[in-house]
Amino acid sequence: MSMWKCFKMAVASIVSNKMRSILTMLGIIIGITAVIALVSLMSGMTGEVTKAFEEVGIESIMVNITDRASTKELPVKDVQELAEKHADVIAGWSPTVSMPAYIKNGNDSISSQATGVNEYYLGLKDLEIAYGRELTYIDIERRQKVCVVGTYIAQEVFGGDALGKTLQITGTPYEVVGIIEEQDDSTESSNDNCVYVPYTLAAHTTRTSKVNSYVIYAANQEVVEEAKALIEALCEKTIGDDDYYTITAMKSIADSLTDILDKMQMMLIAIAAISLVVAGIGIMNIMLVSVTERTREIGIRKSLGAKQKDILSQFVIEAGMLSCIGGVIGIIIGSLLAIGAGKLLGMTVLPTPESVVVSFTVSAMIGVFFGFMPARKAAALNPIDALRYD
Amino acid sequence: MPPLVEMKNVYKIYHMGDTAIHALDGISMTIEKGEFVAIVGQSGSGKSTCMNIIGCLDVATKGVYKLNGRAISNYTQDELADVRNKMLGFIFQQYNLLPKLTVLENVELPLLYAGVKDAERKKRALASLDRVGLKAKAGNYPSQLSGGQQQRVSIARALAGDPSVILADEPTGALDSRTGREVMIFLQRLNAEGNTIILITHDNSIAAQAKRIIRITDGRIVYDGPAEGDVTVMKQHGAGEEAPDDAKAKGAT
Repeated sequence: MSMWKCFKMAVASIVSNKMRSILTMLGIIIGITAVIALVSLMSGMTGEVTKAFEEVGIESIMVNITDRASTKELPVKDVQELAEKHADVIAGWSPTVSMPAYIKNGNDSISSQATGVNEYYLGLKDLEIAYGRELTYIDIERRQKVCVVGTYIAQEVFGGDALGKTLQITGTPYEVVGIIEEQDDSTESSNDNCVYVPYTLAAHTTRTSKVNSYVIYAANQEVVEEAKALIEALCEKTIGDDDYYTITAMKSIADSLTDILDKMQMMLIAIAAISLVVAGIGIMNIMLVSVTERTREIGIRKSLGAKQKDILSQFVIEAGMLSCIGGVIGIIIGSLLAIGAGKLLGMTVLPTPESVVVSFTVSAMIGVFFGFMPARKAAALNPIDALRYD
Repeated sequence: MPPLVEMKNVYKIYHMGDTAIHALDGISMTIEKGEFVAIVGQSGSGKSTCMNIIGCLDVATKGVYKLNGRAISNYTQDELADVRNKMLGFIFQQYNLLPKLTVLENVELPLLYAGVKDAERKKRALASLDRVGLKAKAGNYPSQLSGGQQQRVSIARALAGDPSVILADEPTGALDSRTGREVMIFLQRLNAEGNTIILITHDNSIAAQAKRIIRITDGRIVYDGPAEGDVTVMKQHGAGEEAPDDAKAKGAT
């Protein structure tokens, strides 16, 4: 008997028992919905985390001097020397002296964050200048009162045309020499709310007048650990006690975070998988009932010449079909749920193609696996007994 | 040419605990092509077992059974299914139509399992329905037909595969006497057209409409001959409860 005919027969049988079919499918629907929704959400979250780290720079290493007594110092020239000596490992570096800034233009004042950096910083962060120029070595050396601003500042303070204008950062006037290309959406909470000034000036405004934090970029992801070790050695030499500094590699944070997320995902899938096994047993149960109910039909078919494999494939295909339909419904509901939850959480959540393919395959396999035993029972029925069965 | 059905010393023995039950106790018979034979017996006589063996639903414990010259023994379930599909057409007392399939689909079933292609299958099934005069009902479901019509559909199904033997197991058992007669007339017509028909029944008046009667009692053949000669045998073996109507009527008066 042709496969196509088998499928048509299976569909007819499923349709003729709508309520029972739906109830049987429910287990698979719930299981697959859970798997798809969870996997989509988790991969959306992993994506968000990865994106966040990529913004900061996955190769970056943060060094913070936390000595409150301010007797300890990691001099800029030491960092520079280290970077020059190990150019194959360290791609770039910059001090990052942050200071709270109240930016004034005339009477308007907005709150922002100014960061003192060197001439490499913008390049390291992949920030493009839309108008004007970057900070230069001269600016840094001569402590020129110049700044580069993000589009939020340019628009809020100057209404767009900021180049060459002067703004006041905490009372000191700075000339705007460059505007960074828009990164997000030019709102206050975005990355476009930023001001960069020469670190030499910024350091002066802090209490200690010393550079207390650096960002150092490894040449690539593979040498992050090596670069970190070099910096650790330097800090140990110049500062000594490791209570006074922290060195944080973004990559190790990202790695451990994605590792945790991966483990959570596996755990959630495992929990959802339990419901799939339960669903499979439900299918087996219903198929056994169905075989008993249709004993006479099986007898008639056999008396007319149906072979064991005909009966076997009829029931296996029916079980497989039942769980495949359940799987497809589950995939649809799960995807919708995931997309909806993503909207609510403000993340881009989409079911991954792999999770859809795997879910569908798994549901088909569950149907075939759990349908096999009842189908074999049906196929093995003796036609005489089956014909006599009421 | 070998006989269509040939049984030589066939035994069917069931074991119930320690006791062996001889459902068939050494049966021999031959049925030629074109015959109309009634196998008669009371319930428990072994006639159903006999039908199961002729119908390749079961195999004999001992002895030789040949269908179309092929010895049916040690056949697997699937091989038996194949023989049933190609050589036999069944007509059952309860019609045994599948309620969820249309009349046409029911008639197509044996052809489906024989692997006949879609278009050809439909053509042959329709032709078969035409023979029983129910072509117009092809799209209906069995439940929409009367008992007599359902039995005719099952006859059409039995004919669809163009079998060597048509096995009718109490074909009139579930019908009232008038439709029962119609079905019998129909079977006689099929026989007249050259089909071999084996009728299994407990009812002597039905059996009497066949050309030849094989009477089975306790797993043995007690009469095998033309229908007309059976009456004496019937009296000897006291098949009283199943006596023909006219005999009953005489007894009453």
